[in-house]
Amino acid sequence: MKSKLTVLALVLGAAGLASHAAYAQVKIGFVTDMSSLYSDVEGKGGAVAIQMAIDDFGGKALGQPIELLTADHQNKPDIAATKAREWIDTQGVTMVFGGTNSGTALATAKVAQEKKRVYFNNGAGTSALTNEACSPYTVHYAYDTVALAKGTGSAIVDKGGKSWFFLTADYAFGQALQDDTTKVVLAKGGTVVGSVKHPLNASDFSSFLLQAQNSKAQILGMANAGGDTINTIKAAKEFGITKTMKLAGLLVFISDVHSLGLKNTEGLLLTTSWYWDLNDATRKFAARYFEKMKRMPGETQAADYSATMTYLRAVEAAKSTDADKVMAQLKSMKIDDFYAKGQIRPDGRYVHDMYLMQVKAPAESTKPWDYYKVVAKLNGDQVFTTKAESKCSFWK
Amino acid sequence: MTISLPGLLSQLLLGLVNGSFYAILSLGLAVIFGLLNVINFAHGALFMLGAVLTWMAMNYLGIGYWWMLLLAPLAVGIVGVLIERLLLRWIYKLDHLYGLLLTLGLTLLIEGVFRSVYGVSGLPYDAPDLLADSTDLGFMVLPNYRAWVVVASLLVCLATWFVIEKTRLGAYLRAGTENPRLVEAFGINVPLMITLTYAFGVALAAFAGVLAAPVIQVSPLMGQNLIIVVFAVVVIGGMGSIMGSILTGLGLGVIEGFTKVFYPEASSTVVFVIMVIVLLIRPAGLFGKEK
Repeated sequence: MKSKLTVLALVLGAAGLASHAAYAQVKIGFVTDMSSLYSDVEGKGGAVAIQMAIDDFGGKALGQPIELLTADHQNKPDIAATKAREWIDTQGVTMVFGGTNSGTALATAKVAQEKKRVYFNNGAGTSALTNEACSPYTVHYAYDTVALAKGTGSAIVDKGGKSWFFLTADYAFGQALQDDTTKVVLAKGGTVVGSVKHPLNASDFSSFLLQAQNSKAQILGMANAGGDTINTIKAAKEFGITKTMKLAGLLVFISDVHSLGLKNTEGLLLTTSWYWDLNDATRKFAARYFEKMKRMPGETQAADYSATMTYLRAVEAAKSTDADKVMAQLKSMKIDDFYAKGQIRPDGRYVHDMYLMQVKAPAESTKPWDYYKVVAKLNGDQVFTTKAESKCSFWK
Repeated sequence: MTISLPGLLSQLLLGLVNGSFYAILSLGLAVIFGLLNVINFAHGALFMLGAVLTWMAMNYLGIGYWWMLLLAPLAVGIVGVLIERLLLRWIYKLDHLYGLLLTLGLTLLIEGVFRSVYGVSGLPYDAPDLLADSTDLGFMVLPNYRAWVVVASLLVCLATWFVIEKTRLGAYLRAGTENPRLVEAFGINVPLMITLTYAFGVALAAFAGVLAAPVIQVSPLMGQNLIIVVFAVVVIGGMGSIMGSILTGLGLGVIEGFTKVFYPEASSTVVFVIMVIVLLIRPAGLFGKEK
């Protein structure tokens, strides 16, 4: 009888170990826009970049193979949140990797916080992720609306663009970008004469653009992204808006410039965290990515690679997938790779330098994807939300 | 917010431009539904196909805009013949839902293929040189191309209406809609007529696609964004009513345009609000006949 009990105990113990081991396996759940207007900004390219990082890491962490799950949230916060919850509950995902679209990011970050899982985000812009809506489990890695506003917004006001009219995508991201840019413009002595909100993924912008033109503002601040920015710029050119107003692209991706062509985007100022042609290390990554995707990586995809590496290094250093241990590790380590150099702050913001860029004229571009020239390097400590400005509850 | 008269006039004009697209697309849907009883969900994808073909012809073959105005509808019409002969033919006896599902599946396929080849950011296509300038109307600067869109689609819409309502061929079509067996008994090849009607309906979509290429970025998603609104237009106008869909298309374009000024946040939903109201008051649509 006693020996039977011992066997039973052993079996149970082994089963317990097995389930514990299953939890120790690193699983990354990547949920982003895979099919709609933001899918060129990150999309499948983001998944490819994450997989590249996993492969470069050796495919294993804590002695077990690393698994990557992907899903398309279709820009719907409820789908993103449900997917994250399902992954955590049934698949044992150890890190939720949220992509483009701020609405989905805010919803997913909340789920991750509730379930105590590490949450990374690259594609979403809203600065609320590390400010009003900050969470001890969130890492906001690439850029945010504050950095975009302080970068592009202040550069344009400094150049004399004092009066602004905003064309804003009608959801969390657009509103955040407009608010953050408004603060910068007002602080520098500029004025905001009006704004109009357009539905996400609108097809016709001419009507909104005429309203902007009638405002007589000097600057049209485009607080939108991806396909919406592309169609805005195209229509602005067609309706001659660009003759009386200057366009300010507050979030412009290299895929947008590629799609519109330099002829339509020449001279545009923009803020980005990364560009493929900065130095040898960026070019090396870009060449590898290009081989797989047949297009150059944008900042989001480069950040996806870097963020995955950073997370895996933190897991190895913490020797655990436990969210609290990994977060402590993430916030104490120095990050320095081809993407950027810096540190993750207590509020979850990865602070690194940003770049103010200008789109080249067609004649200045000497090779394919040769689109940007660096105007200024923006110091990370100043360009992101500062501690004095922060409303994050646990970063006081 | 105060809105000046010139401001309203310009929005009216812009509304007409968008309305022209709605009109020509909903007309195609109405023609197809009238004779085939199929709710053609693939309409948006075929609209997109028209635009993408235009871009491809320019970039790979150097064929310009004006030729594509003719060639793209022809090519998509042939695609339409294939779809009707190979797929739709088998499901006429089944419930409407099957046609809807089949054409929705086709849409996902077509859009998926182009999305994986070209991505979603879209491909730039410039207006033809002849129409590249714009005219200062005093109250606004109107790109000549947009004016052309209104003229071209109105001409095509009216020609279609004339053929269907006023000619012998149109009489056969309308008779075929009412009672196909009887028309067949008179020696008219109804199956052929059905095939050609479908081809014509989707050719209209392709024509709209060519018109749209210089206006909105040519992208695999361009049809998806438009088609839902167009379905609402058809429902409001009345399924199968030719003039109804033309007038409703233009009218809703204008209403949507004004909404963009008075309450822009609602501009993507106003059409559906109207749809609900119309369905409550006149279930067969504004111009539809109750059966």
